[in-house]
Amino acid sequence: MDLSTINPAILLASLMIASTPILLAAIGELVAEKSGVLNLGVEGMMITGAICGFIAAVETGSPTMGFLAAAVGGAVLSMTFGILTQFFLSNQVATGLALTLFGLGLSSLMGQSYVGLKPPPVGDINFGPLADIPFLGRVLFQHDAMVYVSILIVAAVWAFLKFTRAGLILRAVGESHGAAHALGYKVVAVRLAAIAFGGACAGLGGAYLSLVRVPQWTEGMTAGAGWIALAIVVFGSWKPWRVLIGAYLFGGVTVLQLNLQAAGVEVPVEYLSMSPYLITILVLVIMSSGRGRAALNAPASLGRTFHASS
Amino acid sequence: MKRRSLLAGGAAAATLGLVRPGFAASHAPLKVGFIYVGPINDGGWTQHHHTSALKMKEHFGDAIELVYQENVPEGADAERAMTQMALGGANIIFTTSFGFMDPTVNVAAKFPNVKFEHCTGYKTADNVGVYSARFYEGRAVTGYLAGAMTKSNKIGYIGSFPIPEVIRGINSSFIHARKANPEVEMNVVWVSTWFDPAKEADATQALLDQGVDVVLAHTDSTAPLAVLEKAGALGFGQAADMYEYAPEPRISSIIDNWAPYYIERVQAVMDEAWESQNNWWGIGDGMVGIGEITGPVPAEVKAEAEKMRDDIAAGSYHPFTGPLNKQDGSAWLAEGEVADDGTLAGMNFYVEGIDGSIPS
Repeated sequence: MDLSTINPAILLASLMIASTPILLAAIGELVAEKSGVLNLGVEGMMITGAICGFIAAVETGSPTMGFLAAAVGGAVLSMTFGILTQFFLSNQVATGLALTLFGLGLSSLMGQSYVGLKPPPVGDINFGPLADIPFLGRVLFQHDAMVYVSILIVAAVWAFLKFTRAGLILRAVGESHGAAHALGYKVVAVRLAAIAFGGACAGLGGAYLSLVRVPQWTEGMTAGAGWIALAIVVFGSWKPWRVLIGAYLFGGVTVLQLNLQAAGVEVPVEYLSMSPYLITILVLVIMSSGRGRAALNAPASLGRTFHASS
Repeated sequence: MKRRSLLAGGAAAATLGLVRPGFAASHAPLKVGFIYVGPINDGGWTQHHHTSALKMKEHFGDAIELVYQENVPEGADAERAMTQMALGGANIIFTTSFGFMDPTVNVAAKFPNVKFEHCTGYKTADNVGVYSARFYEGRAVTGYLAGAMTKSNKIGYIGSFPIPEVIRGINSSFIHARKANPEVEMNVVWVSTWFDPAKEADATQALLDQGVDVVLAHTDSTAPLAVLEKAGALGFGQAADMYEYAPEPRISSIIDNWAPYYIERVQAVMDEAWESQNNWWGIGDGMVGIGEITGPVPAEVKAEAEKMRDDIAAGSYHPFTGPLNKQDGSAWLAEGEVADDGTLAGMNFYVEGIDGSIPS
């Protein structure tokens, strides 16, 4: 095996770029699930964010406006899910699936006249001398802002859940909505906020695809990334830093297998293509073997409908 | 539930003329169905099938009714989509992806009075015809341009699935890239998808990281061109002209033009003269077009590429003309010998000079 032609620095750098969309979507979903809401509509919110961000960036010429619009678009779409599940008490699984289908359709409608256009370029942040550090400079300091924003969001979510009172309340709502309600916390309001945050993050992830990674709008361009984000939340057992590792691992294997092929290394493509999924299944099996839901660290009220009378 | 669906099926069968054989042009418009693997505005493969279908509809006007289903996955769900279309009264159904082959044959067996046309496959039946374009003719021209334009002597090829159609394209591109530049090497990356913009972009990036500066793609979206543009490398339009990326990075393109074929086949159904056929049209028949050569291509390279295109169209040059060896060095075609259609249709080997192996 001749691996000498693969430059590990470039590989790690493209790994971070390839992982950013699913990382953003996964960290948003983590917060929603921590509050006890299972939103399977990540894919739909991502693609809606992708087109909202694309439209805004093309119309204003500013990628920053694009990302803002993507976050707003994802959050607004997630609110349809929030209203249906929190006020009308609809089934979260069914509503989430419907949200995905709705998002895919809505985005293709919105994107009709944006096919073939080019978004304004997103520049890399200039770190000056830091970027010239051998190896580390290429890996860490030559990216666009969103790569760092995504890592900051992970750090912020971690700190929020671990150290703040509001984070404690959010977790309490996710573990036992009945008890939280009895203590006087507004379960529905907390959950709506968490859903909106999840939608905004998914929107950012989608916009990263349409503005940076691919840069163009193509219908159905998320191609299942939202589902992978959902799997990564479980893979990371609802812990922010583990979600980061999961996302980078997943992005890493995808990029690695393409790079191995491009370098002419003889590898069975099929095995490499399925390896991220295999690893996810493996982790799920190991984590759930012979132990209960608690061992999985899953929020106890995940997916359960809350009504003040019950 | 079962009985109800049985009844519904029977009622549908009665209305769509399964019970009465034949199609009477005077009664209702002919219903023409299309099954697409991607969205109708993917900018490539599916979009060009759809625009061709629209041209066909324009040609016939109210005499036909056009129905289509986009984003149909290759697999069990394809059978459901086709069955639904057949029950909905379609008289002829075009299924436009290689992976629809077995579903098409299975569904066709259940609807003997509905005609099916499967694109890029090889399984036929009494009511299943197959059609494809000789894309390898176009690949010869784009491969030649890639070989002539590379500065690093490394060109890349993004393959979707290791089926004969894709392998033919890889071989044809490589043979003609070497014609333009004997030093050229080609890296092939398989992405195992027809349509996944993010993955296509990643694959393009991986090739660029390996020093490749011209990329040929055999996937459906324009994502590779978007990445090439960012990197200042060159590429080609695939299936569609993708002229929005001209003059650079897109320096030419292979354009699929299915409209003449669709018009001919639908006319055949109207005339009740439709027969299962295996049609394979090329540049000369107008099914494969070469997009305008743009960008930094020097005039003499452009002239040479256009001459190749015209020679292929006229039939005076065949892209697979000997002497050619297989990858393992064994002789395939002797000096002056041209490949027969049977070998091309089932092509499962690389020609000499390409590194790597075809995934099985």
